[in-house]
Amino acid sequence: MSRIPRVLTILLLAGLGGFLTKPEAFAALFRPFAPGDTPPIYAQTPLLTLAVNHLLLVAAATLAASLLAVGFAVVATRPAGRDVLPFARAVANLGQTFPPVAVLALAVPVVGFGTVPTLIALVLYGLLPIFETALTSLSGLDPALREAARGLGLTGRQRLVQVELPLALPMIVSGIRVSAVIGLATATLGSTVAASTLGEVIVSGLLTGNTAYVLQGGLTVAALAIVVDAGFRVLQRKAARRAGFPS
Amino acid sequence: MTWIRPDPGGRPPGLIRSGVDPLGSVFAAFIALSVLALPLMTARPNRIAEGTSLMAWSALPSGHALALGGVLGLAAPLLALRVAPRLRVAAGAAALLLLCLTAGWAADHLTAPGDRYARVSPDAGWWLAFVSAGLALGDGLARLRPGPGVRIALLAAGALLTGLALGSGFWDQLSVLREYASRSDTFGREVRTHAGLALSSVAAATAIGIPAAILARPVPALRTALLAVLNVVQTIPSMALFGMLIAPLAWIGRTVPGAAGLGIAGIGAAPAFVALFAYALLPVAAATVAGLEAVPGPVRDAARGVGMTGRQCLFQVELPLARPAILTGVRIVLVQNIGLAVIAGLVGGGGLGVFVFQGISQNAGDLVLLGALPTVALAGAAAILLDAVIDASRLREQRP
Repeated sequence: MSRIPRVLTILLLAGLGGFLTKPEAFAALFRPFAPGDTPPIYAQTPLLTLAVNHLLLVAAATLAASLLAVGFAVVATRPAGRDVLPFARAVANLGQTFPPVAVLALAVPVVGFGTVPTLIALVLYGLLPIFETALTSLSGLDPALREAARGLGLTGRQRLVQVELPLALPMIVSGIRVSAVIGLATATLGSTVAASTLGEVIVSGLLTGNTAYVLQGGLTVAALAIVVDAGFRVLQRKAARRAGFPS
Repeated sequence: MTWIRPDPGGRPPGLIRSGVDPLGSVFAAFIALSVLALPLMTARPNRIAEGTSLMAWSALPSGHALALGGVLGLAAPLLALRVAPRLRVAAGAAALLLLCLTAGWAADHLTAPGDRYARVSPDAGWWLAFVSAGLALGDGLARLRPGPGVRIALLAAGALLTGLALGSGFWDQLSVLREYASRSDTFGREVRTHAGLALSSVAAATAIGIPAAILARPVPALRTALLAVLNVVQTIPSMALFGMLIAPLAWIGRTVPGAAGLGIAGIGAAPAFVALFAYALLPVAAATVAGLEAVPGPVRDAARGVGMTGRQCLFQVELPLARPAILTGVRIVLVQNIGLAVIAGLVGGGGLGVFVFQGISQNAGDLVLLGALPTVALAGAAAILLDAVIDASRLREQRP
């Protein structure tokens, strides 16, 4: 797959860290995009606070989505869950047709404004990529491997924990990676319903016609996503090596 | 000692085992719980007043409440048992139909004649029952494994039924349709803008992404660079990408002669179109590359062996074989862009997002629904339609 060279990722991480801790140092960079003499750097809330909130929100949502999705996939691939499999596929397929904004907007009347509707939308939206990869990898394992594990006398649980999950882990991690990257971008939408994320900077820029804010918010989220993506790719390679796949 | 244990899930198809169906009983439990223990409808004296939640028996006239109880009381146990998929579909469809009728009955029952301010909308119980019945119906259909033609026919039937119910005025007393009534002049235009934005951006991305992928594929460095750039585009949040494009497009509209005449400006549909196009490029290009890579080497060698030129091999062998993969990419993008086009409402690009964001800012849930429900319906219909087309193209290929 196409991935960003490691040197670039490290440079990006350094730049991101510098920008978040000392955004004023970058004021000249954003000056041309701010209309008139409005401040070029968003200052209502420190960018670092927003970035940390953003990351925490996405981390919580991705963790919950991973546990749920892998759990569902394990159930759907057990012999007793075979009836559930076509249905689970159909739901995973149709679930993606729900636009995240719609999930967010529909959750607001039920749970109110703020972090909770955002978290719900992120978990629901993050489930599908993980579920799909977990399902594909667990149901695509070589039947001979399963037979061999059974022949060694492993129980169903031992087969799952010692054979199936480790072999499926690289794929599952890649699903979690996709889910986290989508989540980082989707979390910005949470600011339209008053969640504290980097989307706040973008929304403020859109409302006041200040492109500098839009750029700051957008590029920070994009940089976070690229760094997180690179981190997960490292984990993915580790998992693949542990499972004995050629790297 | 038996080395091969019989698989508990493996039974001959068509044979019905008596007993409880685990998934079906979850649906049945949810339907029962939502109708018996949760409020079915909310009634408010006007658009912004606090609502009163009503249970099924107080939201409906007694005859209709009995009908709802009777049908759900029959359907839920059927879903909970191991029955033939056809019966499962019938039970799910009956439950769904009755819930749709219930919404209209309750709205008529709870609105005093001539009261133009009262708002009646479905509450948590109705939504949960609706989703459970819909999932039960979907589960039954998934077990039947209908072919592509049947799925399109079912979609058309569903659309026709919904259209008839909307046209007959049966749901007119429901809050969402009250919102529609006061915006009926702009609604049609926003739906057209929304669908137009999603379709045109995907068409443009297909027209450019597929040739770009075909040209870049033989050169590894170019291919890696193309996919890397498009990957980075995907990480930019949609709201920001829409917003970032306002300034440059306004500049182009002001300075390039003739650009303004083409509708290129900072405000309006242009930034939305460009952003949606940018998001659509990667999945289309990546799917094309993956589809072409998956063509088996021997097939390519055979094509060369019978004397095909590179161009003939591409158009007559590789592209037809890659078609299902490319179509899958287009499907993902179309569904994704129908959803993303909602964001256009935030940057003045129009579309159904206008209602969603107006609703959020006015704290009017019904207005949000007026934007969100058609979006979900459009995206779902596009997904079902394209999935059927993809299956049909796979089937055609497998035929000798």
